[in-house]
Amino acid sequence: MRAIITVVGKDRVGIIAAISTLLAENNVNILDISQTIMQGFFTMIMLVDLQNCKIKFSELKDLLIKRGREIGVDVNMQHEDLFNAINRI
Amino acid sequence: MFTSQEIIETINMVKQSNLDIRTITIGISLFDCSSDVPQKFIDNMKKKIIKYALNLKSVANEIEDMFGLPIVNKRVALTPISLLTFSYSYEDLLKVASAIDEIAKELDIDLIGGYSAIVHKNYDDNAKKFISSIPDAIAQTDRLCSSVDVGSTRSGINLDVISHLGYIIKEIAKKTAQKDSFGCARFVVFANAPDDNPFMAGAFHGTGEGDVCLNVGISGPGVVKRALEENKDASIDEVYETIKKMAFKITRTGQLVMQYACKKLGIPAGIVDLSLAPTPKVGDSIAEILEEMGLEKVGGYGTTFALALLNDAVKKGGAMAATFTGGLSGAFIPVSEDSGMVKGVESGALTLEKLEAMTSVCSVGLDMIVVPGDVEPEIISGMIADEIAIGVYNNKTTAVRVIPAYGKKEGDEVNFGGLLGRAKVMSINRSSPKRLIERGGRVPPPVISLRN
Repeated sequence: MRAIITVVGKDRVGIIAAISTLLAENNVNILDISQTIMQGFFTMIMLVDLQNCKIKFSELKDLLIKRGREIGVDVNMQHEDLFNAINRI
Repeated sequence: MFTSQEIIETINMVKQSNLDIRTITIGISLFDCSSDVPQKFIDNMKKKIIKYALNLKSVANEIEDMFGLPIVNKRVALTPISLLTFSYSYEDLLKVASAIDEIAKELDIDLIGGYSAIVHKNYDDNAKKFISSIPDAIAQTDRLCSSVDVGSTRSGINLDVISHLGYIIKEIAKKTAQKDSFGCARFVVFANAPDDNPFMAGAFHGTGEGDVCLNVGISGPGVVKRALEENKDASIDEVYETIKKMAFKITRTGQLVMQYACKKLGIPAGIVDLSLAPTPKVGDSIAEILEEMGLEKVGGYGTTFALALLNDAVKKGGAMAATFTGGLSGAFIPVSEDSGMVKGVESGALTLEKLEAMTSVCSVGLDMIVVPGDVEPEIISGMIADEIAIGVYNNKTTAVRVIPAYGKKEGDEVNFGGLLGRAKVMSINRSSPKRLIERGGRVPPPVISLRN
């Protein structure tokens, strides 16, 4: 299963590290990553592979949201299929 | 990989524009549960509903988590109970109603529909007994929903049952008076009722359906409104095109949820209902879409025009996004459930007469309309008759869900809480149709029914 993780918030040092460390700890592979500053906000989009993830989808999502809160950014994780359904015929 | 723009747009649809799935509804046939012993029927029914719907709530929660897409209601729709209980006494019918309600509570689902009767032709004693039990059935339950189909383009209009229903609705109002007559929100009168409608109070599992299926009702008026806001100067054909595109995207989420839920629950897919359904939340309103199109207030001249094109564009966009569509597909215009509609009524721009006109081009009818509690039953029957005529003569589904709020006067407010919202008691035309309604009998089907 693949998922899209988005991270939006005020730019600061260590955002990518905080998120990617958490993913590595849970055996989640990052397949693609793009990062930009949009309208003054740090915006990062990751495509990740959850096939070997050690924990359940909802648990990982909660951990990500919690970690995001600690460093002051909004983190979101949704199944890739939602983006496929809406954006691809 | 998707472009950043696609990803941000999709996330905003959910986060900022209140995109949600209104309902996942499992339709279950009870034909194989029937028995002339009521307790046996109840036991069989319980076993069967639990077998199919036991994991409905947990699967819905799992899907919510995976897609970040709220699923607002989890429901079950049953074979119209009146078809299975011909020989039952009044007391036994109430026992069945309570048992169904208990099952819904046990499964922790929001609503359960199917305490229904389909009487568009003859109104016999069994149907009469069943319909007479509806007020008590609703008053003694919390999640049971009920509906009566009183007419169809093929068979005409049953005025006998319409004249009875005026009294039935008044009785439901009285029996649930302590809750602002909330019971009336769980009862709807239909013409041309669809067999696969996932929306309450009118959901039931029609006789042409199989043993079990899963229907999904979409929502998402906020997403459409936001898309229209982005181009304020668009011509009406561009507006239409924008709505169509957004309806496509919204429906795709419905189709996706349907596929996942069917797989997880091991239940075959039914239909995706393409309806835009509002919630009382600001920014999640059909009325706000109509106003965004350029009306000062919903209810003013131009409202029917705007609603007609919205309804058609939603159908066109959605039809391509889902394999099987059905139900009521279009736009809902319930008053209390839509913050913009409530404001329209409060400002005096939106009247009952305008609402009636709007129902000739929307997907349902007079929905969640609160009228004074002392309204005569014949006037309610008259409202039903008008609305059913619109459906029958125009070959479309129409419905009436009207709430004569017990003890309330015009201008008072009622508050149902949650999805059902709040509303002002509307002013009604008091001129009596008593002599017409009391004629009874059956109106022959219109000439369009001869097409075959």
